[in-house]
Amino acid sequence: MTLDLSLLPSGGVQWLDASGEHADIVLSTRIRLARNVEGYAFASRARDGERLRVLAQVRDAIPGVTGSDDGVMLRVDEMEAGERLLLHERHLVSRELAGLDAQHPVRSGAAVFLARQSSIMINEEDHLRLQSLRSGFAVSEAFSEVEAIDREIGARVPYAYHPEFGYLTACPTNTGTGLRASVLIHLPGLVLTKEIGKVLAGLQQMGLTYRGLYGEGSEVVGNFFQMSNQTTLGRSEEELLDHLVRVVRHVVEREEESRRVLLRDAGYIIEDKLWRAYGTLRYARSLTFEEAMNFLSGVRLAVGLNLIAGLSVYTLNKLLIFSQSAHLAYTAGRALTENEANLARAKFVRKALAEEPDK
Amino acid sequence: MVCDVCKEGDVVIDLTQVEGAEVRHLRLCEKCAAERGVETSLVVPKQQVTELLQSVHQHMPAASDDAARCTFCSSTLRDFRSSGRLGCPHCYSAFEKSLRELLRRVHGNSRHVGHRYVAPSEGDVERSVTAGELRDRLQRAIESEQFEMAADIRDKLRGLE
Repeated sequence: MTLDLSLLPSGGVQWLDASGEHADIVLSTRIRLARNVEGYAFASRARDGERLRVLAQVRDAIPGVTGSDDGVMLRVDEMEAGERLLLHERHLVSRELAGLDAQHPVRSGAAVFLARQSSIMINEEDHLRLQSLRSGFAVSEAFSEVEAIDREIGARVPYAYHPEFGYLTACPTNTGTGLRASVLIHLPGLVLTKEIGKVLAGLQQMGLTYRGLYGEGSEVVGNFFQMSNQTTLGRSEEELLDHLVRVVRHVVEREEESRRVLLRDAGYIIEDKLWRAYGTLRYARSLTFEEAMNFLSGVRLAVGLNLIAGLSVYTLNKLLIFSQSAHLAYTAGRALTENEANLARAKFVRKALAEEPDK
Repeated sequence: MVCDVCKEGDVVIDLTQVEGAEVRHLRLCEKCAAERGVETSLVVPKQQVTELLQSVHQHMPAASDDAARCTFCSSTLRDFRSSGRLGCPHCYSAFEKSLRELLRRVHGNSRHVGHRYVAPSEGDVERSVTAGELRDRLQRAIESEQFEMAADIRDKLRGLE
């Protein structure tokens, strides 16, 4: 199996479809399990031959995964930089696996199971990172899918496991369950009412952590936050997930409450601000990524508040992903300079919004 | 533009306060904003893991483990301290005592209570230690000057070939 670019641009983005609970506030739910193969050094210390054998062993186990017929196995390290960035922008592989920061990734792979909305990153920090990505707030659906794939792979590939410490990982912060559940959540109401600081501080006291749109080390843009569990050991998978669900539900309620306060106390100011964001997106001729994200955040809020009708959350989700640099370059069929990308982005956004009624 | 309060500092934040029907705009410098408890930027926790591990390490006694070396991947506890990453699954046994303490500090607990894993039986796996794997381990042992370990691996390799 090799990369079939014809699967793109729709490949692996079902999580954008805005189905699932609270889809206007919670964009997506991701659950990942970190696993390592017994008998090899962890990826950072592994020699080239070991990385190749891990890759081969996982590849051999994939036909045993239910629904693997529509799966694609990608050799990420053999892909062009633009294609690797495309996979990352699509949230299918991490920044690290795409080799965007440091050196070109070595012997890294990704298996993508389109129908199961799941994928496996191979030779990232851990040998395997299995993950399932869902639209909206869908923790149990995402977990049951990734758990099933984990069982199928684990029956063919021997995992590194310790009776006391659980699943063994390269970094001790993932040891035990190896489970990291995160929700991508849009909190403009809490940011505008300045309540966000308190909410984030409370989150950390509850044993959860937050990051920007692209996970570890990424900046918060467009009022999008990724919230996830901080610990992985000493509690069962179900307990970790239940706790996350309870805390995120509470955050969603706080967000809804701040939106009500904003509308009640500053209705016309908010309405004006959000329509201005819409106007900019609808008519601007050049947009940087940060601008686009911030205005899209405003329009998303306006749709959530029913100020702008007829614009779907699905369209807004698509704009978030497809207005990124690698996607614009892919559509254009060539690499774009920053200026060209800003022009292409504005054009793409204008066109998408013009196709939907705005009243 | 200067701060509305101290009339000196450069404005870094444009604050809109909503109280009842009243809307107030304040342009504040970093100092005045901080005094009012307004965040001028959202701090994204970066490098959390490395910092956490470092702070935990500082509290860890220089155990006898320090001199120990993982017999599988030749890593030492010192390697782990500098990189924050373990070398291989066997490191968990090689540095068990130190790691148990570390896991307890990081997670509040060192005992896995989640799903229990049953490894596939040999027949399902269809693999044994190959010469290639042993060569990798031999190379690593030589690089880290573990000559005794290297000799053991070389013997196994000869047996296999």
